[in-house]
Amino acid sequence: MGSATLKGLVPWLVALLTMAATHFLIVPILPSTLSEILVFAGINIVLAVSLNLVNGFTGQFSIGHAGFMAVGAYAAAWATLALRNAGIDLSDGTFIAQVILVGALVFGGLLSGVVGFLVGLPSLRLKGDYLAIVTLGFGEIIRVSLLNLDFLGGARGLSGIPRITSFLLVYLCVVVTVFVIWRLIRSNHGRALLAVREDEVAAESMGVNTTQAKVRAFAIGAFFAGIAGGLYGHYLTILSPAAFDFNRSFEIVIMVVLGGMGSLSGSVVAAVLLTLLREYLRDLAEYTQVDLRMIIYSLILIGLMLLRPNGLLGTRELKDFWRRRPTGKSA
Amino acid sequence: MNSAAATGTTPMLEVKDLAVNYGAINAVRGVSFAVAPGEIVCLLGANGAGKTTILRTISGLLRTTKGEVWFKGEKISTMPAHTIVQKRLCQVPEGRGIFLNLSVEENLDLGAWVVGKAKDYQEDLNKAFELFPRLKDRRKQNAGTLSGGEQQMLAIARALMSHPEFLLLDEPSMGLAPRVIETIFQVVQDINKRGVTILLVEQNAMQALQVAHRGLVLETGTLKLQGRARELLESDEIRKAYLGEI
Repeated sequence: MGSATLKGLVPWLVALLTMAATHFLIVPILPSTLSEILVFAGINIVLAVSLNLVNGFTGQFSIGHAGFMAVGAYAAAWATLALRNAGIDLSDGTFIAQVILVGALVFGGLLSGVVGFLVGLPSLRLKGDYLAIVTLGFGEIIRVSLLNLDFLGGARGLSGIPRITSFLLVYLCVVVTVFVIWRLIRSNHGRALLAVREDEVAAESMGVNTTQAKVRAFAIGAFFAGIAGGLYGHYLTILSPAAFDFNRSFEIVIMVVLGGMGSLSGSVVAAVLLTLLREYLRDLAEYTQVDLRMIIYSLILIGLMLLRPNGLLGTRELKDFWRRRPTGKSA
Repeated sequence: MNSAAATGTTPMLEVKDLAVNYGAINAVRGVSFAVAPGEIVCLLGANGAGKTTILRTISGLLRTTKGEVWFKGEKISTMPAHTIVQKRLCQVPEGRGIFLNLSVEENLDLGAWVVGKAKDYQEDLNKAFELFPRLKDRRKQNAGTLSGGEQQMLAIARALMSHPEFLLLDEPSMGLAPRVIETIFQVVQDINKRGVTILLVEQNAMQALQVAHRGLVLETGTLKLQGRARELLESDEIRKAYLGEI
């Protein structure tokens, strides 16, 4: 039993070590544009995987994830700015700066989680389209509130945030996020979430407190979105409310749908693919002088609905495909 | 009148003057009955008589408009459904309500939700497989790939995982082949012999009355008749109205 648990931890430790090795050996020799793309890909993985917990595994369609990201981003940035104004050296590379950033990320994540809890409590009684509309509205409320909060910069946004998000920290967060959500889904509580997705009435008759399960998933999803927001702010050094509009939420939803609702590795793959796509479309926009991004996203979604309605991986994980092959050969 | 009063035991479940509305429609209007420990009681009636509504109100999935439901001396009609399950009163929903995209074993796991995955989990699982050997062969299979009869068996097995003292069964024979129905009714009796009290809703009145101790006949939301199953089976009125004999 104990050794089995330890054995289960091995892939995660390997992932962590790989990330550390990449950070120290490979990232320094990468062109800066590429390492930038990798950082954004990592942030998008955290966002997509956390939204998948709500949309894919619990079956509650939320399209307000950018709102939670904004809460975490602003809260973490506000915290580090306050500390720097108090005279603490936060230049990149100091160990203290990294520790403080971790603290700020947790602070932003927790605040976002609390907001998720408060929003989820009343709104998760709604289903389907109605829930989607409420979460969309919530995202807009956050954005408009930020526009009008002067201590957070209002429409000008927050600037001068120390650039202390590192490749290592981003991918540490990726591994932790995927690990926590993976373990959650495989746990008893995770099974209750799946039950809610499958049939809410039946879940309730099994004694699952469905409201509690949904709100819990929502709050955990919001927590990790907040962490992603914190990483984002401390990489970009500026935050403006416009960065957290509906399009941002929609982008995350596309990642989840593209990868497959209910597949964590699908979300990871889709987040990386779409981040790359966005960067190359940016180059394309220089030629065409028009931003075709949203048009191409929509086309991808339409194509996906026609060809693979369940997303790239459906509810399966990458390792399911690995496993199937050898058994297929021996049979 | 009812056997609980007749035998002098205190009833396990008591429904008092129950009324349930769907908006302006009165689905159940003032129904009272009691179920004694160890009984199989069968709720009969035509479509729309209010059978399922009563069951869903007892299990907490619907709210009462008027009246109360008491279980083991506790008023449960104001409790949420998931709390009522913890009192060991469990419903097997109509249309089976199993989780089609989860495996048979995961379904059974969820059945054990209220008791937790305790030491006796494996024992419970074995008991379930003993009762329904076919489920054992299909334990890793998605529940959606099971036949209708197997799905019903899974629904019952899953309910048993929560250690119920009282089981609400909603139309367990619906859409099943006659031979499978026989198995299901046999199992209902077996479960009852293990000490589980059962309230059964059925369209299949003939078969239900053969396994039940007592029957309650509903008509448009009111209790029209009640009595011992054997007496109901022999009553001309019942045979004409509900058992399809002319």
